[in-house]
Amino acid sequence: MNLTPEDVDHVAALARLGISPEERARFAEQLSGVLEHFRALQALDTSGVSPTAQVQDLRNVMRDDIARPSASRVDVLANAPRQEDGYFRVQAVLDA
Amino acid sequence: MVIPHDLTTLTAPEARTLLVRRAISATELTQAALDRIAQVEPAIRSFITITADQALAQAAAADAALGAGDPASTPELTGIPIALKDLFCTAGVQTTAGSRILEGFVPPYDATVVARLRKAGATFVGKANMDEFAMGSSTENSGYHLTRNPWDTARVPGGSSGGSATAVAAGEAILSLGTDTGGSIRQPAALCSVTGLKPTYGRVSRYGVVAFASSLDQVGPFSVGVEGSAMLLRAIAGHDPLDATTATTGVPDYVATIRDGIRGLRVGVPAEYFVAGMEPDVERLVRAAIDDLARLGAEIVPVRLPYSAHGLATYYIIAPAEASSNLSRYNGTRYGLAAVEEADVNRAMDLTRARGFGAEPKRRIMLGTYALSSGYYDAYYRKAQQVRTLIKADFDAAFRDVDVIASPVSPTVAFPIGARIDDPLAMYLSDVCTIPVNVAGLPGISVPCGFDGQGLPVGLQLIGRAFDEATLFRAAWAYEDATDWPRRRPPLATAATPAGES
Repeated sequence: MNLTPEDVDHVAALARLGISPEERARFAEQLSGVLEHFRALQALDTSGVSPTAQVQDLRNVMRDDIARPSASRVDVLANAPRQEDGYFRVQAVLDA
Repeated sequence: MVIPHDLTTLTAPEARTLLVRRAISATELTQAALDRIAQVEPAIRSFITITADQALAQAAAADAALGAGDPASTPELTGIPIALKDLFCTAGVQTTAGSRILEGFVPPYDATVVARLRKAGATFVGKANMDEFAMGSSTENSGYHLTRNPWDTARVPGGSSGGSATAVAAGEAILSLGTDTGGSIRQPAALCSVTGLKPTYGRVSRYGVVAFASSLDQVGPFSVGVEGSAMLLRAIAGHDPLDATTATTGVPDYVATIRDGIRGLRVGVPAEYFVAGMEPDVERLVRAAIDDLARLGAEIVPVRLPYSAHGLATYYIIAPAEASSNLSRYNGTRYGLAAVEEADVNRAMDLTRARGFGAEPKRRIMLGTYALSSGYYDAYYRKAQQVRTLIKADFDAAFRDVDVIASPVSPTVAFPIGARIDDPLAMYLSDVCTIPVNVAGLPGISVPCGFDGQGLPVGLQLIGRAFDEATLFRAAWAYEDATDWPRRRPPLATAATPAGES
């Protein structure tokens, strides 16, 4: 399985991860090597085997819906890179 | 018991005995740990943040509690110095997960395990170094600095919980807490000659623990001597309403049964875990430890775990897939690094993440995103989840016949710094014997089982049934009791007298 530099660009865009030209070449090579290692899995017969997402037999754990104090706005905003009027400030997400 | 000249050589149960007898104070014990930190940190660098003032304030409170009434009725970890891996949220103390993207992040709340340790009376000496977001097997992926193995400072301590392992090995803390997603407690414990346990998935709360791979991550203890880990697990384990995956199964008294012996215990040995490329000294020492278990009354039986051979490939699809999702939160909006100068929202996220993540998280985000992307999901992610079912089924079958499974922890001893950093696949192979245990959600303990020809430590792994940590502690304690491995400390931890003692 060979990952091309174009594949790397596509995946990086999906992951919102800026990569340098040097990383683009290195990831193409290193990820191809790792994916090659995964090929052995493809050869395994898993027909009829149900997938395991988590090892416990838990289903939809519920708790009572009781109101209680939550974290204060001041505490929550204390680590914000930018804030304004008690809100997180972000870049525009819609075109003007 | 006699009060040692150097208090940092005490195990947790020994320290507890002396504290309760009021033969030593929590302040003396904590100060000894802080002095040792000042002495050895230039050489090994276990910590990203040292919290000396906090530790001494907690020690003063511990001394007040010990002096207020019956000292034996204080919580068991009262006044015991503990190091915390720097991915446990600590209210008011920076928590980085080893990443520059979280530099300066000060959590507004405690992780459940941290809150429980505060209640148990512990003193927190510092936040331990780690591979960035717990991704790595050498602590070389830390965004801050290297941590060096106290047995040989030219070598890695293992990882990702490298600083938690070295802190305990070098006497900078009596106990420490780490996390294990694919071996990140057991492998550094083996490489530094300390005990480390990965509990059953769901045994310990993950609330407030910076997430890597949520279906695999577990929090667990490090200690010199097995009993300290049993004390620490007892303090942190149990159901937490803030983590829906924690089990409601009761927490047994691990310490009460630790000396019950292993006569008649059935110990399975899987040939598949003595992998090609394993160092001959590692194999020799692990097999000798299994012979010791037999001498102590255990019955040794071969077991087969054929699908474990696919554990590594399965893990390196599932863990990066979960990581790519978990790490999407680091986008420069609510906390952490942010490219605030960039006006375009997508370019700002690209830039924030490009600057803040190191090479390994980037590699795993890419791998995980690829495995989950349209057209590849069935071939990779779904396939890996199916093989996960088969790996777990192998363990279920083996545990119908045996009580414990014994294997190596790591196929090699600590490797030289830099040896594997540019070869991801070689680094990933460090965890080939520990990864299947996370994939199956089972508990595993790493106990010291000797030293190779160069004097480097080797560990024995014991794997148990789900929620049967008590049997692992019992078997590990019986083995430890028959050896003197925990009494051997790295020269660096005993060479000089800590300042402040005569």
